[in-house]
Amino acid sequence: MKVILRNQGREIEIHGRRRVRELLAELSVLPETVLVIRGRDLLTIDEVVTEEDVVELRPVISGGRR
Amino acid sequence: MKCRKCGGRAALELRRHNTAFCGPDYVDFFRHHVLETVRRWHMLSRDEPTLVAVSGGKDSLALWDVLHDAGFRTTGLYLDLGIFDYSRASKARCQAFAEERGLELRVVAVAEAAGAPIPAVREATRRPTCSACGLSKRYLMNRAALEGGFSVVATGHNLDDEAATLFGSTLRWDESALARQTPVLEATHPKLVRRVKPLFRMSERETAAYAFLRGIDYIVEECPFARGATSIAHKELLNRLEDTSPGSKAMFLQGFLERARPRFRAGETVTLVECVRCGQTTTGEICAFCKLRDQVQRAARSARPVGADPAEPADPPGTRGLIADLHAASEIHAS
Repeated sequence: MKVILRNQGREIEIHGRRRVRELLAELSVLPETVLVIRGRDLLTIDEVVTEEDVVELRPVISGGRR
Repeated sequence: MKCRKCGGRAALELRRHNTAFCGPDYVDFFRHHVLETVRRWHMLSRDEPTLVAVSGGKDSLALWDVLHDAGFRTTGLYLDLGIFDYSRASKARCQAFAEERGLELRVVAVAEAAGAPIPAVREATRRPTCSACGLSKRYLMNRAALEGGFSVVATGHNLDDEAATLFGSTLRWDESALARQTPVLEATHPKLVRRVKPLFRMSERETAAYAFLRGIDYIVEECPFARGATSIAHKELLNRLEDTSPGSKAMFLQGFLERARPRFRAGETVTLVECVRCGQTTTGEICAFCKLRDQVQRAARSARPVGADPAEPADPPGTRGLIADLHAASEIHAS
């Protein structure tokens, strides 16, 4: 599957089907910090993503103060 | 995962509530929580003209969407920070949002008010960017509200923003900042407009999900100056905690507001007066924004030596763009 990492401006290929929870863990991404998007749908952490999917990990953290 | 309400396919799980919702039911859930916060904290009334500060990001546009949809009298305020493509893109998002809904959007350029856009202010004042930016935003929001006859300004600060601010203030034991942190900043002076944060109970992810499900075209890219900001590091820490113990962020903030803040508030005695230069509120003689503007103007003057040919800048090559910006901006300001 193709995984679009919006915050890093890059895409990666991952093989095999797995749950979103496992995908995020492999990429060391905390579920609380992203929306997982497939097409026009949001995915919960127990959804299964497959080889043919294009999945966007959209960061949700914003703002800045020092 | 199934939606708690309709049993359909869930779009979002909310671990801190131990539940999940489909898209339409989540939108209802989000709106209900925001409007309940507005009601419980006496933030706004529907007949009161409200200025909504929008940045083009998910939080402020989601807030404007909820308030407008619920029948509040809202006008948008976009502060143009002059941060290159980032500002151009975020302003376009706000304009498109307002146009689609037939809403009024007011635009105020920081460059006109401060004498230079935010990147040049940073160079001129040597303040951290987020500090100069925050100061300018607070000042200009208040000024725009006063001039426009608005009695309240609503901002899109969310649970993560507020928890991270609280965490930072607690690390420093900054008693004054702790006393001031609240979702409702009352108008304690006739020249100070009330500021409210109706999203303070909603997390960033919850707000982003709402914006996505509502089809709001918001700017996903982060402000280029926010990279490496301390508040982002604090948010990451709190999200690690949230991951192992869902509900931690809300518990931290809510517990502070209910039990700790009144104690800090009791010891706080700040008297606000009007700035002798601009008439906005300050604790001293001249407000921080007027001082910042002075610094910007001084930097512009010192960069233009008397008798020098303006076509041949004498500054190091690395600063030429900045100095040109400062000259241009100070001319705009003088007019």
